Amino acid sequence: MPDSVDNLLVAGNIRKEFGGLVAVSDLDFTIPDRSIVSLIGPNGAGKTTFFNMLTGVYKPTTGQMVFDGTDVTGKPPHAITKLGIGRTFQQIRLFPQMTALENVLVGMHSRLRGGILGSIFGTPRVRREEREAHEQGRGLLSYAGLGPVDDELAQNLSYGDQRRLELARALATEPKLLLLDEPTAGMNPQETVAFTDFLSKLRAERPITILLIEHDMKVVMGISERVTVLDYGEKIAEGTPGEIQRNERVIEAYLGKAAIA
Amino acid sequence: MRERLRRFGRLEPLDPLFSGWRRLPHNVRGGLPLLALVALAATYPYYVSSLPTDVPLILAFPDVGSAVTILVFVVMAVGLNVVVGYAGLLDLGYVAFYAIGAYTAGWFASGHFEQVRFHLGSVGISREAQGIHISVWLVLLIAGIITAIGGILIGLPTLRLRGDYLAIVTLGFGEIIPQFVRNADSLKGFDLTHGTFGISPIDSPGFGEGLNESVGLPASFAQSFERERLFFWAALVVLLITVFCCYRLRDSRLGRAWIAIREDETAAGAMGIPLMRTKTWAYAIGAFFGGVAGAYVASFNSGAFPSQFHFNISIFLLCMVILGGMGSLWGVVIGGAILSWLNVEGLANIGAWVNAHTPLDVEVAKYQFGIYGTIIVLMMLFRPVGLIPERRHKRELEEGTREPIDEPLYDAREQEGPEEAKA
Repeated sequence: MPDSVDNLLVAGNIRKEFGGLVAVSDLDFTIPDRSIVSLIGPNGAGKTTFFNMLTGVYKPTTGQMVFDGTDVTGKPPHAITKLGIGRTFQQIRLFPQMTALENVLVGMHSRLRGGILGSIFGTPRVRREEREAHEQGRGLLSYAGLGPVDDELAQNLSYGDQRRLELARALATEPKLLLLDEPTAGMNPQETVAFTDFLSKLRAERPITILLIEHDMKVVMGISERVTVLDYGEKIAEGTPGEIQRNERVIEAYLGKAAIA
Repeated sequence: MRERLRRFGRLEPLDPLFSGWRRLPHNVRGGLPLLALVALAATYPYYVSSLPTDVPLILAFPDVGSAVTILVFVVMAVGLNVVVGYAGLLDLGYVAFYAIGAYTAGWFASGHFEQVRFHLGSVGISREAQGIHISVWLVLLIAGIITAIGGILIGLPTLRLRGDYLAIVTLGFGEIIPQFVRNADSLKGFDLTHGTFGISPIDSPGFGEGLNESVGLPASFAQSFERERLFFWAALVVLLITVFCCYRLRDSRLGRAWIAIREDETAAGAMGIPLMRTKTWAYAIGAFFGGVAGAYVASFNSGAFPSQFHFNISIFLLCMVILGGMGSLWGVVIGGAILSWLNVEGLANIGAWVNAHTPLDVEVAKYQFGIYGTIIVLMMLFRPVGLIPERRHKRELEEGTREPIDEPLYDAREQEGPEEAKA
């Protein structure tokens, strides 16, 4: 199958029902390796539900998801993160009472080994690992564009810095696939431009694939190689940004029938 | 801090002292006061008899025997703090771990199982005595491990629950274990716990004749004239080890994972933290120290009785954690020391003082849980983060006085302000 060679993620027939409500309906979705793919659609279209299934927060009612050759359907979140799917949240979900650096160190959890006895006795191996992790964490913070805030509590950071910290924390999990849920929500136009540039830089410098949920069409159209549109849990269109902009069903979903007539 | 002090008095002459102090390496600055405190505690049995016994309100300082109980309760509070303070799991059944620890000592360091005769490093016991007699030092470790396994077994089915539900289930286990202990005197004819009579006597720790003759360490605590002092020092060592372990764990990979779960469970899972395993570890480690403390108390009291393991103890320990400051190691040590002192003799002393100096005639100790409840309510009202807040909370309070970071938002508000005032 050519799919498994080119695609980092292959999701087939994904369906999620909450009681009688069908949030995602028989969705087929693939993400080519090292691409930036966007998922758009009106509010309530099932985008975040799909994200939550990909990251193991929800179990799909039916369907299968294969990531990097491994079936991840129904696996717990931490196992999926360990395999290489990192994420940010639509509403910022940092650990507010931990410092910026600690937040990033938590992201490294599955890449570190330090056990209980090693930590209590402070074995050289654990000490070295901790030292390296701290260094790497500080590196990630500055890579994500944060100033000298390593020892600030996350809750005391400005909104923009909190967004950046969430990204740094997600990068600390060393993801092959990075899921960003409305990363530019609440950003002003300058911040949004800076963020888009950062994503391009990220992709150029690291072997990373990005799946983006985004409402800001400038961001979506400017950065994505492929766009998928969901409406009422169903895929109504898929294609390059140019194709999506001309697609009638998309215009209808966003602006109503009258817009086409 | 110095600035604040300066406001209250002239501190300039002390400046060289301050700057000299600050130039000391970080670990010395932290270590010296700690060392002084430990020295003060370790020498307590020597100067307690010369302390005044007519101190206003508290009358006297606790005698050495009470101090042992206080120290052991502090060990348990520190253990519970791992579960409640670090990992944020409300455990209302911690007494179960205390009970398991005490009974482990009963099984492995007494003549309870008279069908067998097994001795391993035991001291002060006749070689011919029936039962399992393992060195109490070893039993402390065994009790910790068995209780940790108990914690894991209780944790596996319950830790999937969140918040209130977890609290209710732990409450149940805190009742089940003592009830089981009370009734397990005939499991198909096998006497596991000796029912309501409990297991007694339980062996004492000691270092044996060999070490006694060569280094002068006490052969057996029970047969020493300084029994209580020896138990006091050993309890202090147990506490120091407990605090050290919890201190190291807090800043470890596992400790960060616990705090992350406490802060946001969903985000913690998404960051690669295995929730069940990490929470179970918190339970196991909290249980470990509860078990060690239970075994130590059993050895000190030379007995394990089901009536000891009342539900109140779980709540009492939780109060210590809340009073001290959830998640704050030193806070919990202080909170635990204060509350267990009140419990052991403080309240009785205060009552006696009040009755002697006021027209009141109340038996203060009778209202102990009312008093603890009041303390908790007052704490929640006036100092919800505890006596010594966790590092993080403290920072939060300090940061509160800094200028706000979201400047545009506040600018807008300030501009609106005067207009509203005009209107």
